[in-house]
Amino acid sequence: MAGFNKVVTSYDEALAGLTDDMTLMVGGFGLCGIPENLIIKMRDLGVKGLTCISNNAGVDDFGLGLLLQKKQISRIYASYVGENALFEQQMLSGELDVILTPQGTLAEKIRAGGAGIPAFFTATGYGTPVADGKETREIDGRHYVLEPSLTADFALIKAWKADTMGNLIFRNTAMNFNPMMATAGKITVVEVEEIVPAGELDPNFIHTPGIYVDRVIKGTFEKRIEQRTVREG
Amino acid sequence: MSLTREQIAARIAQELQDGFYVNLGIGIPTLVANYVPEGMEVMLQSENGLLGMGQFPTEEEVDADLINAGKQTVTMATGASLFSSAESFAMIRGGHVDLTVLGAFEVDVSGNIASWMIPGKLIKGMGGAMDLVAGADNIIVTMMHADKKGNSKLLDSCTLPLTGAQCIKKVVTDLAVLEIKDGAFHLLERAPGVSVGEIIEKTAGKLVVPDDVPEMKC
Repeated sequence: MAGFNKVVTSYDEALAGLTDDMTLMVGGFGLCGIPENLIIKMRDLGVKGLTCISNNAGVDDFGLGLLLQKKQISRIYASYVGENALFEQQMLSGELDVILTPQGTLAEKIRAGGAGIPAFFTATGYGTPVADGKETREIDGRHYVLEPSLTADFALIKAWKADTMGNLIFRNTAMNFNPMMATAGKITVVEVEEIVPAGELDPNFIHTPGIYVDRVIKGTFEKRIEQRTVREG
Repeated sequence: MSLTREQIAARIAQELQDGFYVNLGIGIPTLVANYVPEGMEVMLQSENGLLGMGQFPTEEEVDADLINAGKQTVTMATGASLFSSAESFAMIRGGHVDLTVLGAFEVDVSGNIASWMIPGKLIKGMGGAMDLVAGADNIIVTMMHADKKGNSKLLDSCTLPLTGAQCIKKVVTDLAVLEIKDGAFHLLERAPGVSVGEIIEKTAGKLVVPDDVPEMKC
């Protein structure tokens, strides 16, 4: 690599430095917009004791479910984990520490982490178990909960296109948590469908500027669909 | 006769207004989209990052990168926009969504709602529900008035862990339309053929019944 060229050509390079007990952010909503090959590589590396920050936990045999199968995750921050039976088992047996976090609060914790804001007040969760043990404050007659922000050792995200300098464009609802996570990782690794030379992406339409991105790798994707719902054509 | 799920959705659709941005939860709320009155334009917000959700795709249109908050494949309506989860919840938390419709296990006379967790049973998570109830001013909760054993789900005080505190003002059930204010449920409408007596019997929380309770039109 030289200068601003962020492109790597192997998954070993993409995840170099990732070790046991690290904290990772993993992009995606359900199975949409997940860095599927980076997850498979983590499974193959066998790293353990991971803390994962991700809206969901995949399904049994895809996405983060692959890491649950091998008991590589010890703690997870997520908003909804309904699609994963392994998850349920490991949660009930105490092998997995689950910190259920409201989806908007999770998104904002990550955004704040990447933006250098250590914590913020939100009305979300006030008066619920989510607020247990947290500082609260009344501001202009409303009650708010203090939520600390989140950062990670690695952010593993999925984008549609990148240029060689790491400028990113996401596609449709595969954007979801990916742009914020890109800002909140000490090392941000992006898996994309296409890499173009610097200068080819219109700067007006870049979602994530390359300053947040450390490594870019081109992958091929299964893009599994969780709920294929169609109407008569 | 108590209302079917479709009839509840049709009744809620009467609360829509032209030009509304609306977030519909999973279940009965999703069905509301089928009853948008002719000639009315509403934009559906899906909290995974889409404003202007369209109908389900044809087989040819299916796109793995385009799903709704229930993880179903969808399409985009004319004028749709796409954004991150942080932006999506800025819309929700910031009060920019005109109407939110969601389901619940219980509501109470203080406007508290419990919809995400039953202790002892599998906890799946709150998803975006806590943000939605904290951020929206205009929320309709839809639920069956009583559970299968006949136990009321409209209570003096929720027994389950809350999704949000003092945030619900309107409830549409299979039996009635109710407003929550001043520490009580206020009966506004009853389902066609349902007696006020049955609603009183199936409402555990304090209920205010006016002299005349009109039947819903749905």
